[in-house]
Amino acid sequence: MTAALSSRSLRAKSARARLQPFILGVISVVLLAVLWELYKFAGPADGLTIGETRVLPRTTDLAMPHVWDMIARLGGPLTGSSTAIPLWLAVLKAAGMSLGIAAIGWSLGLIVGFALAVLMQRFRIAESAVLPLVILSQTVPLIALAPVVRVWGSRLEFGSFEWESWMSVAVIASYLAFFPIAVGALRGLQSPDTIHEELMRSYAAGWWKTLVYLRLPASVPYLLPALGLGAANAVIGTIVAEVSTGLSGGIGRMILDFSNFASSDPAKPWAPIFGAILLGLVAAGLVSLLGLALGRYRRAEVSR
Amino acid sequence: MNQLNPTIPGIPAVDVSGVSRVFSTKRGEVTALDGIDLTIAPGEFVSLIGPSGCGKSTLLRLIADLDQPTTGSINVFGTPAGIARQNQKYGIAFQQAGLLPWRTVTGNIALPLELHGVGKTARTQRVSELIEMVGLTEFAGSYPDQLSGGMQQRVAIARSLAEKPELLLMDEPFGALDEMTRERMQAELLRIAAESKAAVVFVTHSIPEAVFLSDRVVVMSPRPGRITGVVPVSLSRSASSDAEALREDTAFFASVTAVREELHGESSGASARGVDLR
Repeated sequence: MTAALSSRSLRAKSARARLQPFILGVISVVLLAVLWELYKFAGPADGLTIGETRVLPRTTDLAMPHVWDMIARLGGPLTGSSTAIPLWLAVLKAAGMSLGIAAIGWSLGLIVGFALAVLMQRFRIAESAVLPLVILSQTVPLIALAPVVRVWGSRLEFGSFEWESWMSVAVIASYLAFFPIAVGALRGLQSPDTIHEELMRSYAAGWWKTLVYLRLPASVPYLLPALGLGAANAVIGTIVAEVSTGLSGGIGRMILDFSNFASSDPAKPWAPIFGAILLGLVAAGLVSLLGLALGRYRRAEVSR
Repeated sequence: MNQLNPTIPGIPAVDVSGVSRVFSTKRGEVTALDGIDLTIAPGEFVSLIGPSGCGKSTLLRLIADLDQPTTGSINVFGTPAGIARQNQKYGIAFQQAGLLPWRTVTGNIALPLELHGVGKTARTQRVSELIEMVGLTEFAGSYPDQLSGGMQQRVAIARSLAEKPELLLMDEPFGALDEMTRERMQAELLRIAAESKAAVVFVTHSIPEAVFLSDRVVVMSPRPGRITGVVPVSLSRSASSDAEALREDTAFFASVTAVREELHGESSGASARGVDLR
């Protein structure tokens, strides 16, 4: 009886503990809205300028629509046409498409990043040859990369396979995603203690068995944050690449299109920005679900 | 096993001859081991003792083929150490338990069996035998971070015994334990070694521990690491004699004194060779 009781109270406690970050998240969003409205109410209409530089934004309805106006706008129609779908649905659809592309880019980045990490772990010479290139790759501006990927992609032909422009976007997203994954996975694969490596050696376990039984599980605590960073990078990469390759249907293009309404319908451009934030949150959430699933490999991280 | 010079029937468990190990460091070459000859019989319990830097751990690592000698040869059950490692002739335990944190007690003990393709049924049976042997049946499903240091070390010892090796290599396995746990573990190890009939090479820097456990205590000195003497221990370790009584036996104290004199004799120089080994 007491045992049942204590286990129930324990469960209630853990449920509360699990809800806590969610509640804190909601509070912080509300706080942000309150701050926004406070500044809009108290701030100078023309913002604050020091010399030529404006250091605080204007508080007019054009520059900073009311929070409730922005929310209300989400419920309104996409266009003036009578058959238009609600704006929130259009934003969700666009975010969904971008999420799909980002997920493909992330998966591609995971495969490439992990393969590179395994290669670098296996051959020290590969580490000194590849790692600088990996770091160098991240200094190439995305804007410069986008047209190149699109042009190369359009020249690819394997039988009936045809390169579509969303694939260019996915490739660019993966280009950003693979970097943190490669670096994190390498650190993880190199993380086992000498004692564990010697133990595997004493078992006459070869490289492959050592990888599967020791290095892969040991890499999880390093890999998870890297996967989170990779997901964030994939989302950003997708949105920017949508803009620079001109792919329509995603959230990136929507941000660009809606910015035209800044003066006529000032609440509308904010809708796809909320969509992009939602996209980032969903991506981060999915990765942390992965972390829950791999919980037992994180014991070292928890206990040491 | 209590003779002065144990005669070795057939192939020795470990045969170290003319072994040296030189490490190259930035400040030049360091001779960790020099002119080591040592033969260990099957089923014999031998301790390596000496101050830090005497190369006792290095010698153990050479026998385990975790490191290679600069000169000389090491045979384990008649084959070179490298081949003996490939053939899984020994089990090993280190000062740290070295358990995989993501595996339960069962999973950790099963690791060598899994790696070597032992079938699931045989594996489960062997693992539960071992868990019972080290008295951790209640903790079979626990993870290492839920166990005390002594329990973790017991899991490591069970793991080293998983494949019924005829040779156990132990590098200060009880070094990190408190004195009470340590004494209990020593008694358990003696029982386990007797049951499994394995030869044991046991590195330690505790004189009473070496004497309590061993048939022979090999005393080493540092810079360069050399064997300065071998003290045979003759305690009556019949199955019925309990550990407490053994520790208070006069033969126990006599051996402790002999090992101590051997260790200290070396540092005072010339008299070392003259120590009476009975």
